[in-house]
Amino acid sequence: MSLVLKKVGEVQKMLNEKDKVFKNLHGFQEPFLEGALKRGSWSNTKEILSKDQNDIIELVKSSQLRGRGGAGFSTGLKWSFMPKNTGKQHYLVVNADESEPGTCKDREIIRNDPHTLVEGCLIASYAIQATKCYIYIRGEYHYEYVQLEKAIEEAYERGFIGKNACGSGFDFDLYVHRGAGAYICGEETALLESLEGKKGQPRLKPPFPAGVGLYGMPTTINNVESIAVVPTILKRGPDWFKSIGAENNTGTKIFCISGNVNKPCTIEEEMGIPLKELVEKHCDGVEGGWDNLKAIVPGGSSTPMLPKNICESVLMNFDDLKANGSGLGTAGVIVVNKNNDIAEVIERFAHFYKHESCGQCTPCREGTGWMHRMMQRLVRGEISPEQIELLENVTKQVEGHTICALGDAAAWPIQGLIKNFKSELISKYNKKLKAS
Amino acid sequence: MSDDLINIKVNQKEIQVDKNLTVMQACEIAGEEIPRFCYHDKLSIAGNCRMCLVEIEKAPKLVSSCTMPLMEGMSIITNSEKVNAGRKGVMEFLLINHPLDCPICDQGGECDLQDQAMYYGFDKSRYKENKRAVDNKNMGPLVNTIMTRCIHCTRCVRFATEVAGVPELGMLGRGENAEITTYLEQSITSELSGNVIDLCPVGALTSKPYQFKARPWELKRTDSIDIFDSVGSNIRVDSRAEEILRVTPRTNEYINEEWISDKVRFNYDGYYQQRIDTPYIKENQKLSISNWEESLKVLKDKLKTLKPLALIGEHVDLETGYAIKKFMSNYGKDNVECRTDNHAILESLDSYRFNTPLNDIENSDLIILLGTNPKIETPIINHKIFKAYNNDAKVFNIGENISLNYKTEYLGESLSSLNNENLIKALKKSTNPLIIIGSAFLNKIKNIKTLKSIFSYADKYKVITKEKNNLNFLNPYASRVGQLIIGNTTNNLCEPFSNLKKDNFELVLSFGSEHIANEQFNNCFKVYFGHHGDDGAMGSDIVLPTPLYTEKNGTFVNIEGRPQEAKKCHNPIGSAKEEWSILKKLSDELSFDFTPNTFDQLRSELFDKYPILSDYHEIIAVENSTSITPDIEFEDCKAEYPVSNFYMSDVISKNSVTMAKCVEEIISTPSLLEKSA
Repeated sequence: MSLVLKKVGEVQKMLNEKDKVFKNLHGFQEPFLEGALKRGSWSNTKEILSKDQNDIIELVKSSQLRGRGGAGFSTGLKWSFMPKNTGKQHYLVVNADESEPGTCKDREIIRNDPHTLVEGCLIASYAIQATKCYIYIRGEYHYEYVQLEKAIEEAYERGFIGKNACGSGFDFDLYVHRGAGAYICGEETALLESLEGKKGQPRLKPPFPAGVGLYGMPTTINNVESIAVVPTILKRGPDWFKSIGAENNTGTKIFCISGNVNKPCTIEEEMGIPLKELVEKHCDGVEGGWDNLKAIVPGGSSTPMLPKNICESVLMNFDDLKANGSGLGTAGVIVVNKNNDIAEVIERFAHFYKHESCGQCTPCREGTGWMHRMMQRLVRGEISPEQIELLENVTKQVEGHTICALGDAAAWPIQGLIKNFKSELISKYNKKLKAS
Repeated sequence: MSDDLINIKVNQKEIQVDKNLTVMQACEIAGEEIPRFCYHDKLSIAGNCRMCLVEIEKAPKLVSSCTMPLMEGMSIITNSEKVNAGRKGVMEFLLINHPLDCPICDQGGECDLQDQAMYYGFDKSRYKENKRAVDNKNMGPLVNTIMTRCIHCTRCVRFATEVAGVPELGMLGRGENAEITTYLEQSITSELSGNVIDLCPVGALTSKPYQFKARPWELKRTDSIDIFDSVGSNIRVDSRAEEILRVTPRTNEYINEEWISDKVRFNYDGYYQQRIDTPYIKENQKLSISNWEESLKVLKDKLKTLKPLALIGEHVDLETGYAIKKFMSNYGKDNVECRTDNHAILESLDSYRFNTPLNDIENSDLIILLGTNPKIETPIINHKIFKAYNNDAKVFNIGENISLNYKTEYLGESLSSLNNENLIKALKKSTNPLIIIGSAFLNKIKNIKTLKSIFSYADKYKVITKEKNNLNFLNPYASRVGQLIIGNTTNNLCEPFSNLKKDNFELVLSFGSEHIANEQFNNCFKVYFGHHGDDGAMGSDIVLPTPLYTEKNGTFVNIEGRPQEAKKCHNPIGSAKEEWSILKKLSDELSFDFTPNTFDQLRSELFDKYPILSDYHEIIAVENSTSITPDIEFEDCKAEYPVSNFYMSDVISKNSVTMAKCVEEIISTPSLLEKSA
């Protein structure tokens, strides 16, 4: 990892080092147990496990932690949906199938600070009365899989997990399952199908996994980051977590900035940091300067892009991005400057969604291909203004009509493109028309 | 009861419905039709076609009504602009990669996609890109595939997995490259495979034999009954002029639900092969063409002097059976026999029928298969057992170690395996055990005590109780139960058929029974009434042509004891005459009493004599038998299965080209898996 925080002198507005949850995000320290213990992992875990399960859920709820996987649903609330004392096997499933283009936060956590995740799994499982937890890790993350397995082995050896985990009397087993590289398996119910050994296709909801999940049992599915911050929240208290960020958008967040920036990086920052600051301070600015900025995709490929004027002022949190017609998603910030053809960028996204559509339901199966082919023609300037309207119409026909959110995710980037750069697309067509 | 009802609104109309229904079902009750492709009553819910979108008040998105459970106070809107736009969008997506080759598609005229496109389709395509083309898959001699037409509803996949019990269909690939396939490019090894044709909402899976034969609006539809096994599946026979072009199922929730076996669906080409179309008389050891006048004259003369025996074959309807009985009563008793396969019975109805109503099989938690292979004898019953199996029933098998599409525990080859420890243990735990004893044993039992012991055994282990009788006797022949009810059998209930004294009879009248060719009748004068040239006809002295079941009206009693009617579809081939009219003519000439002048009179006389048969579609009610012996003792007999080849179990199927292809491709050709092994 060559990602070094630049301009350390200017950190006044940056997140305080002591408030960081992932102190080894950049891998400068020992990732395994020795280093983890120094960073505070596994300290007073036993005490946490001696609390009442409902109290833990309440604490997480009051911290206002929102799921870091994209939808931003309250983690504590999600846990509270789990039925209590059913006598059934409950499961916690951790979604480490991080496949959203532009996102690499879970990778850094697992690679450099795996014990935060392992500890989080134990605590979260205890809170939802799950004695078994599966981590479904993306198949391509082989190195991370090895790191994680090693951390789990260490935790087992030290008695942190396994029978009588941390001496709390709670029996807990943790398994890692490797995916096979399908993006759709990051959708929580498709992930369950895949985990059960079936073809990874999203399930119908209802029933929701909290009622009927893995192997038909109550299951909670959380993102790696959501789980990995839980131990720190419980150790430092929800009030500390709430003191960072704004109301309902609390805590710290890992941002992954890529694209046309001088120093792409993955960085933990305060939730709600201004987008411009994130790019300027942590990434050394846009290639060719801020004025060379075309647009920014703020939350992974599924979120609509923001034009430059919004990027000037928007805050990187759930609510502000939503108000500006986009979303925080996975916080995978993709910066596009004016040297790039914005249509080509979105065409690549469209290709990705066409390739990753599971083919189960009609609008997504047929629509992603249609949209991609139109995008290809759009890049070549072969689409007339009426056809651009048709393209927008097709995205509307896909959006909201599918089983899972992949259809929406495929539609939004194109909608964002047309919304913000329609005149450019039309002039492209006119130019081509003139040339021929 | 009121606990189960909830109040909802459909298009502002308030209704009360069962809370366990889905939104789609509630809309249907409210009289709103919801378009759909993937949803099917009998299959699990996939929710993937998205055609059934409806609006629910306060829900941000449209929801698929087939998957959505109801909630109290829910307000459903099915006719708003938003809903219409959503469905139109889905329809457009379905059509962009559909070839729109309706003029050359066999599904044309009865295609869900075509019908729904009338309401939700655009008149012009907005899709300017290249369409997708998909390779056709080999699905054997029955199912034709044009996979470019497929809309990926996965009904066929779900049918194969959930109903047929053979997970041999699936969707490979993903996104727009997803394809429905048999994986190994070979036929589905199920006796119910043809049903995927009916399930397919488009023309992707169509009938191979019916390919390019007719349009649905040209066909005459006749309701009939499947006579190729004893279940009595309800079928619809589609014909044009004097030819049957296809056979499809009719829904009967009590019997076949919506399925029929491949045999009745596809063997209709055999109806017209090797038909006996004119009377024949044997001269110089050779059958030569004769006419009705001459042949009946010879027969009449023989009937004046010789003592006759009548054999009843497997496809004989009740009216014919009654006419035979009536005619033969002029020659005394015990001279009609339908149990030509040595079928052992007791006197009461419950000793030769399937006593459990077919729909209750699935409620059983323990099933013992005694000398029966339901998969090839009665595929519909096999499906019901498969349902029970999926409800966690345990299935035991005694007889040969047959392979079925579900797991069975094999106990041994003789009846005494009923005393197996594991079985007894399981029986004692079971709350609703069920025994199916098939012809493989029934035809071998020689001692009446064995049969009675089976009753006692059933009684002992609560298979028979006051409320229910789960001891079932299964034979694969459509005529058998009905013929036994009207008493077309000789008195020797457990006696083998071969013991019928050959000296007693000098003249054998066979109504479609090939057993006339048995050695025991070598010295008799033989008359064969039948429709197909088989061994029975070959060895006979007179052959008289009679119509097939589709060429006359007739009543059949199915294995449960449920009378049903098969209706005439077209006129008989050649100069075939209905059996009763031949017997009527002979009676008149021999001055026997035979009052009915028409078929209807014959039928009403039959119903007067046997009123229980007149109640079509209802199971005949009987009291449980009380023939219980104190000690249970089973004789040692080796199971011999009546059907060894599903596709060629009777004379009609044997003459069907389609069935021959099935044998070649499905039974004789080793699968790729077997080859590689």
